[in-house]
Amino acid sequence: MTTPLPPPRKKDPVARTRAPTQPPGNRSREAQGLTAMAAVGRFALQCCADCGQVQYPPRQICGQCLGDDLPWRDVDTSGTLLAETKLHHANDLFFRDRVPWRLGVVGMDAGPSVVAHLAEDCRQGDRVNLSLNLDRSGHAVMNARPETPGPNQEDDMQLRELSMDPKGRRVLIVNGKTALGLALARSFKAAGSREIFVGQAEPWKAAPAFEAIKALDGVTTFPLDVTDTDSVGELASVLGGKVEILVNNSYHLRPGGAVDRMDMNVSREEMDIHYFGLLRLAGTFGAAMRGRGADGAHGACAWVNVLSAYAQVNNPAFGTYSASQAAARSLAQCLRAEMAPGGIRVVNAYVGPLDDEWHQMVPPPKLGPDTVAARVIRALQQGHEDLAIGAVAEEIAERLAENPKEIEREIKL
Amino acid sequence: MAEGGLLSLLMGGITGGGIRVVDLTMTLQPDVPTIVMPPEFGQSWPFRMEEISKYDHRGPFCYWNNLSCGEHTGTHFDAPIHWVSGKDLPENATDTIPVEKFLAHACVIDCSAQAEADADFLLTQDMIEAWEAEHGQIPARSWLLMRTDWSLKRDGVAYMNMDQEGAHTPGPHEDLIPWLIEERDVIGFGCEAVGTDAGQAGHFNVPYPCHYHMHGNNRFGLPALTNLDALPPQGAVLITPPLKIRQGSGSPARVLALVEGEVED
Amino acid sequence: MSRMGYDGIAVCVPVTVPYSRYSLRSAHWFCGRALADLIAGAGVAKADVDGFCISSFTLAPDSAVGLTQHLGVSPRWLDHIPMGGASGAVALRRAARAVQCGDADIVACIAGDTNHVDSFRNTIASFSQFANDAVYPYGSGGPNASFAFLTDHYMREFGAAREDFGKLCVAQRDNALSTPHAMMKRPLSLDDYLNARPIADPLRLFDCVMPCAGAEAFLVMSDDRAKSLGLPHATILSTIERHNAYPDDPIQIRAGWAMDVDGFYDHAGVGPQDIDFVQAYDDYPVICFMQIEDLGFCPKGEAAAFVREHDLTTAGDFPFNTSGGQLSVGQAGAAGGSLGLVESIRQLTDQCLGKAVDGAHVGLASCFGMINYDRGLCTSAAILGRSTR
Repeated sequence: MTTPLPPPRKKDPVARTRAPTQPPGNRSREAQGLTAMAAVGRFALQCCADCGQVQYPPRQICGQCLGDDLPWRDVDTSGTLLAETKLHHANDLFFRDRVPWRLGVVGMDAGPSVVAHLAEDCRQGDRVNLSLNLDRSGHAVMNARPETPGPNQEDDMQLRELSMDPKGRRVLIVNGKTALGLALARSFKAAGSREIFVGQAEPWKAAPAFEAIKALDGVTTFPLDVTDTDSVGELASVLGGKVEILVNNSYHLRPGGAVDRMDMNVSREEMDIHYFGLLRLAGTFGAAMRGRGADGAHGACAWVNVLSAYAQVNNPAFGTYSASQAAARSLAQCLRAEMAPGGIRVVNAYVGPLDDEWHQMVPPPKLGPDTVAARVIRALQQGHEDLAIGAVAEEIAERLAENPKEIEREIKL
Repeated sequence: MAEGGLLSLLMGGITGGGIRVVDLTMTLQPDVPTIVMPPEFGQSWPFRMEEISKYDHRGPFCYWNNLSCGEHTGTHFDAPIHWVSGKDLPENATDTIPVEKFLAHACVIDCSAQAEADADFLLTQDMIEAWEAEHGQIPARSWLLMRTDWSLKRDGVAYMNMDQEGAHTPGPHEDLIPWLIEERDVIGFGCEAVGTDAGQAGHFNVPYPCHYHMHGNNRFGLPALTNLDALPPQGAVLITPPLKIRQGSGSPARVLALVEGEVED
Repeated sequence: MSRMGYDGIAVCVPVTVPYSRYSLRSAHWFCGRALADLIAGAGVAKADVDGFCISSFTLAPDSAVGLTQHLGVSPRWLDHIPMGGASGAVALRRAARAVQCGDADIVACIAGDTNHVDSFRNTIASFSQFANDAVYPYGSGGPNASFAFLTDHYMREFGAAREDFGKLCVAQRDNALSTPHAMMKRPLSLDDYLNARPIADPLRLFDCVMPCAGAEAFLVMSDDRAKSLGLPHATILSTIERHNAYPDDPIQIRAGWAMDVDGFYDHAGVGPQDIDFVQAYDDYPVICFMQIEDLGFCPKGEAAAFVREHDLTTAGDFPFNTSGGQLSVGQAGAAGGSLGLVESIRQLTDQCLGKAVDGAHVGLASCFGMINYDRGLCTSAAILGRSTR
C-alpha cells in the first residue's frame, strides 16, 4: 500500500524554501521522441518497420535487422519487475534532495528491459504497468506501477515529483465567469485541491457561472482582469506565493477574419486577453511560482493554458481569434522554457469548439466544459504537456501531423 | 492685465477667497466601469495604463505611462457627433466646438433622496418647475446637472447596478429633454451615472433620449461627475474642455466648477 | 582455423602509480608516471618503447594520440581502448599480437585515470547515449544503481545472501592489508560489512568501489628481449574478449566469459582446477560471483555456495583478488581493468607487494566493463603462466 499523502501544512516561517533543481535533462535527439509521446500521454516506442523489433533505449538503427525506419508505435505497457533498488545516494542534486528513491528494471512483454522509476508498492517479480511521463526537466521518463492499483497509489511521493497532481495544491482559475471556469473549479475541488482561487473581471457584468462558483466550498474569489496590468499585479502580490497550479482559461471569441471583418478593436481585444493577458500573468505570477517549484510535496508545479485548437492552424471563420491564440501558444512555449528551471510544467490544452453562445453557428461536435475540465485534471495527474481535447482538436492534431497544407486549405471544422 | 480688470477680480477671488474651485472629476483608474453594450456590438476600451519607466532601466530620469481608453471613459464630455442625430451638425466634434462653450453656468437639482429610493428614478419637468420656483429659472446656455450621489458608489457593481434587463441607474425622463432644449435652451445635461441617459433608457420609446435629443440639437453631455453635492443649486460656473481630438466624439475631461462663497469644511 | 598461441611473448614490469582518493594531477600525469616507471623498471630508453596501448576516461578530450605529444614519444603502433574495466586483458592480447607480428618491439600497456572532486560525477553524467537517455535520469545513481539491480535480481534468482557477498569482501580486505598502496587499510569484519551505510538497496558501502586516481601498467615484449634485459616475466596461455553477449537476457545474470570459457581453457591447455589464483573484476561483489560461475569454477547460480566452501584469502584454497582487488585498493577509473592483470604478473614473477600465493604457476585475470545501459557489455580474461625460461 502506498503511504497516504500527508496533508499540506502551513509554511514554517524560519524554514528555507528549497531551491528548485531539475533531474538530469541531457537527452539525445532520438530520446526526444519519447518526450513527444509522453507530452501527449502516449506510451509508444520505436518499432522497426522491417522486422517489428521494439527498440529501447531509442536509437537510429534497428538493433536486430539494422533497418533504419523506426516509427513510434504504441506498445503493450505491461511487464515484470526483474529488479528493484532504493537509492540512498545520488550524484545529481535533484535526486540528492529526494533520496531515498526507488527504481526498477522492468522486462517488458513487448521485449526490451527498461529502467524505470518505481512506485512504492511494487516488488520484484510483480506484474507492473509502465507509463511514459514527463519529469521536472520536461523530459520523458518511464514509471512502473502495480498492474492492480493499490490504495492511495496517486499519493506516491515519487510520482508526485513527476506529475502535477492537484491533490492538496492551491489552484488559481483565472476566469470564473464562464461555464468552463465553473467546471474547472468543481473538478479541481473533486480532485482534492486544497484551495481554489477564482478570478473575476468586470464584476458589474453578472455571470451565472460565477454565482455558482461563489457558492462552492473552499473557493475564494478575487478581482482579476487580465487586460489590466495593475489588476494582475495586485492579485499576484496577494496570491503569487500561494498558487501552485495556475489555469489560464481566459477566452474571448468573436467570429470573423481579416478581410471581411476588419475590426481593430475586436482584434486588439482578442490579443489583449489571449496574448497580453498571458504575458501579464506570466510576468507577475511566473517568478513566484518558479521559486516554489521544489517547495515540498505541495510545491508549485503547473501552469495550464486552455488554448483553441485553432492556435495550431488558423480557422478563417474565427481568423483573428485563431491568430491571437497562435500568439498565446507561442508565448506559452516561451513560458515553458522560462518556467523549466523551477520545474514548473506548462500544459497546453487545445480545445475544439465549446458548446457556448459564441459557437452557436458552429455545427457539432462541440465540447462541454466538464469534458475539458476532466481532461485538464487527468493531464495534471498523469503529467501530460499537450492535450487535444475533443474530436475537433484531435482531428486537427492528426491532420497537422499528416499534412499541414491539407488542413490549411480545407479546415472546415 | 489691467489692475482691477475682470480677470484680476476672478483670480483675486480664486486665490484670495470668495471663489472655490471644485473638482467634479472621478479618478481615472483601470477599474472605472465603462458603459456596457451588448457583446456583439463594438465595445469601449476601459482605462488602461502601462508604465513607460519609473526612474529605472527603462528611463532613469522619469516616471511616465502610456494610456489607453475609449473617448467616453470616466468623467467625460459627450460631443454632438457622438450620436447619429448629431452627426451632420456644424461644430459638433471635440476639435470644432467653439471653446467658449466649455465654460458655462450650472444648475444643480438634488435628486439624491429619490435616487436612493428608486434606482430607476427619472427626473421630470414637474420637478424642474418646482426647483425653479425655489431657485429661479434655469438661465439659457446653462448645464442642468442631476445630483443623485450615485458617484458615492465606489464599487463598480453598485455603480453599474446591472441585472438581466440592463442597468438600473437614474436619469432624465424622455419627455424632459425636448423641454429643456426648447424651453430652457440648456447647453447640456450632466449627471453622476456612467451615461447621461437612465440605465433603462434603451427601452424608452426613443432609445437614449438624452443622447438623441441633446446631441441632435448640438448640445452636450457630461456624465460620471462627482462632488455635485458641493455645488449650489444656482450660480456655479463649469469648466469642461475635452481633449482636442480630431473629429472626437468626446473625451475624458477634468471638469472643474467655480463656486462663489467661502470654503466649507 | 585454430587460434595461434602466444609463444615467445613476455609480460613484465608490473607498475602501479600509487592511488589517491582525489588528485589535482591530470590523467596525462598518471599515464606519464606509469611510463617513467615502466622504462626505469625495464632499463630501456623511452624511445625503445615503440608501441602504446592506452585506456583512460579522464584523458578526454585527449586520447592516446594526444598523449604521445604530451609524453614526447613517437610510437609505430598505438591503440586506445575505450573499454574501461575490460581494457586490461584486451590491451594484453592486442599488444602480444603486435609484438608477435613484428609491428612493435616493446608495447607499454597503460591504464590510468585521475579523480578530481567532480570527475566521477561528470563521467557518469555523460557516460553513453543510452545511459544519458535511459539510466542517468532515473535517480542518477550511476554504477551503484546498475549493480544494485543486478545484485537484487541475482540474490533472489539464485538465493545468494548478503553474508555470501560479505565473506568475499572481508577476504579481499584481508588480502589488501599487506598491499602498501591499498586505499582501505583497516580490517573489515562481516558485521562492519552487513551494517554499513546503505547506498542503493541491497548494496551498502563496502559493496561499492571507491573511485580514486592512479594507474596500472605493464610491458609486452618478446621473451628474448625480456631475457636480454634480465626481466622476470610471465607468459600468456590464453585470452578471450567478448562484447554485448547474451543481449536477449532480460537482465544480466551472466556475461561474455560464459560464451568463451571452453575455448579459453582449451587454448591454455589447462582447466579451472589448474588455476592457482583468480584476479576477478570486482567493482561490486555480484560480478565476482558471475565470474566464478562463468569462468567455470562452479555452475551458474552456485557461486554463493562456492564462496561459502572456500577460503578466498591469499593463503586460502581459492586465492582471489590477492592484492585486495578494487573493493579494497580502490578503483582508479580504467586502471581497475588492469589491476588484476598487474597483480597476476607480480604473483607469477615473485614481485608481490603484499602476500604471495604459495607456488603460483598459473593465474587467471578477468576483466569487465562498460555499463552502457543496463548491463556490462565488455568482458575479457587472460590466463598467465610462470615463465620457465
